[in-house]
Amino acid sequence: MLLDSKIPEGPLAEKWEKHKFNVKLVNPANKRKYDIIVVGTGLAGASAAASLAELGYNVKAFTYHDSPRRAHSIAAQGGINAAKNYQNDGDSVFRLFYDTIKGGDYRAREANVYRLAQVSVNIIDQCVAQGVPFAREYGGLLANRSFGGAQVSRTFYARGQTGQQLLLGAYSALSRQIAYGKVKMYTRSEMLDVVVIDGQARGIVTRNLITGEIETHAAHAVVLATGGYGNVFYLSTNAKYCNVTAAWRAHKKGAYFANPCFTQIHPTCIPVSGDYQSKLTLMSESLRNDGRVWVPKTVEMAERVRQGQIKPQDIAEDDRDYFLERKYPAFGNLVPRDVASRNAKLMCDEGRGVGSTGLAVYLDFSEIIKRTGAEAVSQKYGNLFAMYEKITDEDPYKQPMRIYPAVHYTMGGLWVDYNLQTTVPGLYATGECNFSDHGANRLGASALMQGLADGYFVIPYTIGDYLASTPPKPVSTDHPAFAESKAYVQARTERLLSINGTRTPDQFHKALGHIMWEYCGMARNAEGLRHAKAEIQKLRSEFWSDVKIVGSGEEMNQALEKAGRVADFLELGELMVDDALNRNESCGGHFREEYQTPEGEALRNDDEYAYVAAWEYQGENQPEKLNKEELTFENVKLTQRSYK
Amino acid sequence: MNLTLNVWRQPNRQAQGKMVEYHVKDISPDMSFLEMLDVLNEDLLHAGQDPVAFDHDCREGICGSCDLFINGRSHGPEKGTTTCQLHMRKFSDGDTITIEPWRANAFPVNKDLSVDRSAFDRIIQAGGYVSVNTGGAPDGNEIPIPKEIADRAFEAATCISCGACVAACKNASAMLFVSAKVSQLALLPQGQPERKSRVENMIAQMDKEGFGACSNIGSCAAECPVGISLENIAILNREFLAAKATSNNLA
Repeated sequence: MLLDSKIPEGPLAEKWEKHKFNVKLVNPANKRKYDIIVVGTGLAGASAAASLAELGYNVKAFTYHDSPRRAHSIAAQGGINAAKNYQNDGDSVFRLFYDTIKGGDYRAREANVYRLAQVSVNIIDQCVAQGVPFAREYGGLLANRSFGGAQVSRTFYARGQTGQQLLLGAYSALSRQIAYGKVKMYTRSEMLDVVVIDGQARGIVTRNLITGEIETHAAHAVVLATGGYGNVFYLSTNAKYCNVTAAWRAHKKGAYFANPCFTQIHPTCIPVSGDYQSKLTLMSESLRNDGRVWVPKTVEMAERVRQGQIKPQDIAEDDRDYFLERKYPAFGNLVPRDVASRNAKLMCDEGRGVGSTGLAVYLDFSEIIKRTGAEAVSQKYGNLFAMYEKITDEDPYKQPMRIYPAVHYTMGGLWVDYNLQTTVPGLYATGECNFSDHGANRLGASALMQGLADGYFVIPYTIGDYLASTPPKPVSTDHPAFAESKAYVQARTERLLSINGTRTPDQFHKALGHIMWEYCGMARNAEGLRHAKAEIQKLRSEFWSDVKIVGSGEEMNQALEKAGRVADFLELGELMVDDALNRNESCGGHFREEYQTPEGEALRNDDEYAYVAAWEYQGENQPEKLNKEELTFENVKLTQRSYK
Repeated sequence: MNLTLNVWRQPNRQAQGKMVEYHVKDISPDMSFLEMLDVLNEDLLHAGQDPVAFDHDCREGICGSCDLFINGRSHGPEKGTTTCQLHMRKFSDGDTITIEPWRANAFPVNKDLSVDRSAFDRIIQAGGYVSVNTGGAPDGNEIPIPKEIADRAFEAATCISCGACVAACKNASAMLFVSAKVSQLALLPQGQPERKSRVENMIAQMDKEGFGACSNIGSCAAECPVGISLENIAILNREFLAAKATSNNLA
């Protein structure tokens, strides 16, 4: 299939306006004849479900949580970008567009990113009207702060929980539509298949997580807002339930998966403390404004630290290596996320890591504490220091924090065109679930912006274009395709339950995570990737003969849920490795060791790889087919990033 | 650390439940409480037994999923902490720990430690929103809001909807939860048009769900993991009285 991104003609700044005029409309009286399924109720899903219901469509919304308000969007801390230019500091739609394209290392689509920047301003207005309590100045106007990758202050925030407040805004709009009866809400329902009839998405199959019942639901269109797949690494900053299952089942039904190897590793997370560790906790990037990153100069000294023979605060200045300041004198500790992460890994690989596992570097606040006093530091970072102490039982006022990079976000996802439609007509993907806006690296405070842009301001327009050309005839689950899909889901569940092996789903997940992190994490090379591919294949076949689950499918069974998700991760992992192997360049979060500048920086290859890699499923255990969408840059100049 | 756990086991909503004793070994003090339960569940699974079902997700204290009643307290012994952020160093080797689900008629048990909190969603659906459609909102800076008011609204809005307040209350009252949302929107200019109907409708739904009455003991606020203030209940009472006194609701 030829990938048609459907980018509208005309100058960049006019594309979206023109497109909105050119898309077909559904008559208001006809809207209630159309049913739309929205899977996922995070920022992208809740905003879409609410907005579509407001327009008059009948919406069915699904979440595996007990409430639509618990999606992982809730955990976003920092803020949301918008090109309001309230600070009079030179921001504009074009600047936000430019920063995002550049931050993504020139692997995102210009037209989509420009639209994102355009609608960003509407998001803030909408949220304020909903009663989202953004931070304000004494004069009563909205406050902003600055964030990585930008030279203007355009980030709106609600203390350290912007994600929760924005999600509660979208959840309240959704709740209102549920009360009106325009949205039928299905909680504790996990989507396990997409139903495609005559090439068009016509419904989904779900499992009720309380009763175990397999249900079928029909609609005229399906929107997936099911988040990212960072949990393929087992340990990540994602919530425990985050998974790729919905997107992966869509992929197997014909939706191409784009740039799966583009994952973001966040440099400042609390390190792993033991094998039992279930997830990683982020320490805000803002800490790098005042904290200095270092490791001991010698392996011997690092070994003594690891043994507990010497405390970090007792190590002399001359025995410390402030490696970011040494290697990047211009940016120092404030280099971008990917560079900071990679260098921390390098230090640990050299044997100079600290902490009992040797997989950590120090983030030291002693200098700022000496300079401004503990009180001033507490004003700025008090809540983060308290959280750190709660988790590690160490006082960061007295000894440096230990930090290590962790998987945080996935830029890759289902391939979508300008309308956010996947390669399956009638099937849409929004938010982190799609690949569209962040290229090879996402800037801070842009995930919330994209989720809400897609849900509030893009999908309500673009889905109408598709529906207008679909007759408003009722759809039903009577079609044999539904029975077939349901039988497939049931058979898979039964197969998982019948294996009765010796290893738990978590053990397989951890083993997969280890492979992914080791060979497809912060730094990759062809040899390692080939090794990983073989390892994943082996692990996958072991999974299907040795996984252990007890109980039945007709009850609440969390081990069964977990096993189904791990099974999909075991397939996705291999595709990520294939994608990383195919992309013979380094860009953003994808660092191939073979492709670096003499100084060790990421080396892009714009001549050969300025494309989106969209993978097409070919059947069980078959190599996937690569389709390319060439990226053209008419409004920005491609340059090499440098932070020296 | 080696611990003895007394855990509530209940196969489903209809079945009779009971406390069951388990033993876990070599628990690290650095583990979170839920990671300790992960260890138990891996042991159970290896032994071919049904793992303990419990609600959890973000494991960083913000999603509000986790909901354990530990040694007779919502989210356990540490103040201002959700279960997922409670660490085993708060316990001692040899301890016996009792783990129950939230106990309230309005929160029926799904299985073991997992409860159904959809009553909270229905209370919000009854009016916990501002009725604005997408699009057409005025500029975000059109209406200035004094910082003190915005901050107070924010404080009320930090509720994570976990239900600890209900579990801690001897009456299983949901007043702290309802008051947090009512105060947030009553404080903000955006909440004014529906101020009266909102509080009336949310209270009516709260009663319908079977939550108990408030007797002003304050254990809800004492046990709230995010520090929602008891002051919100005072605001709620005032809002409710004012609304009732001048009600537009004819029914």
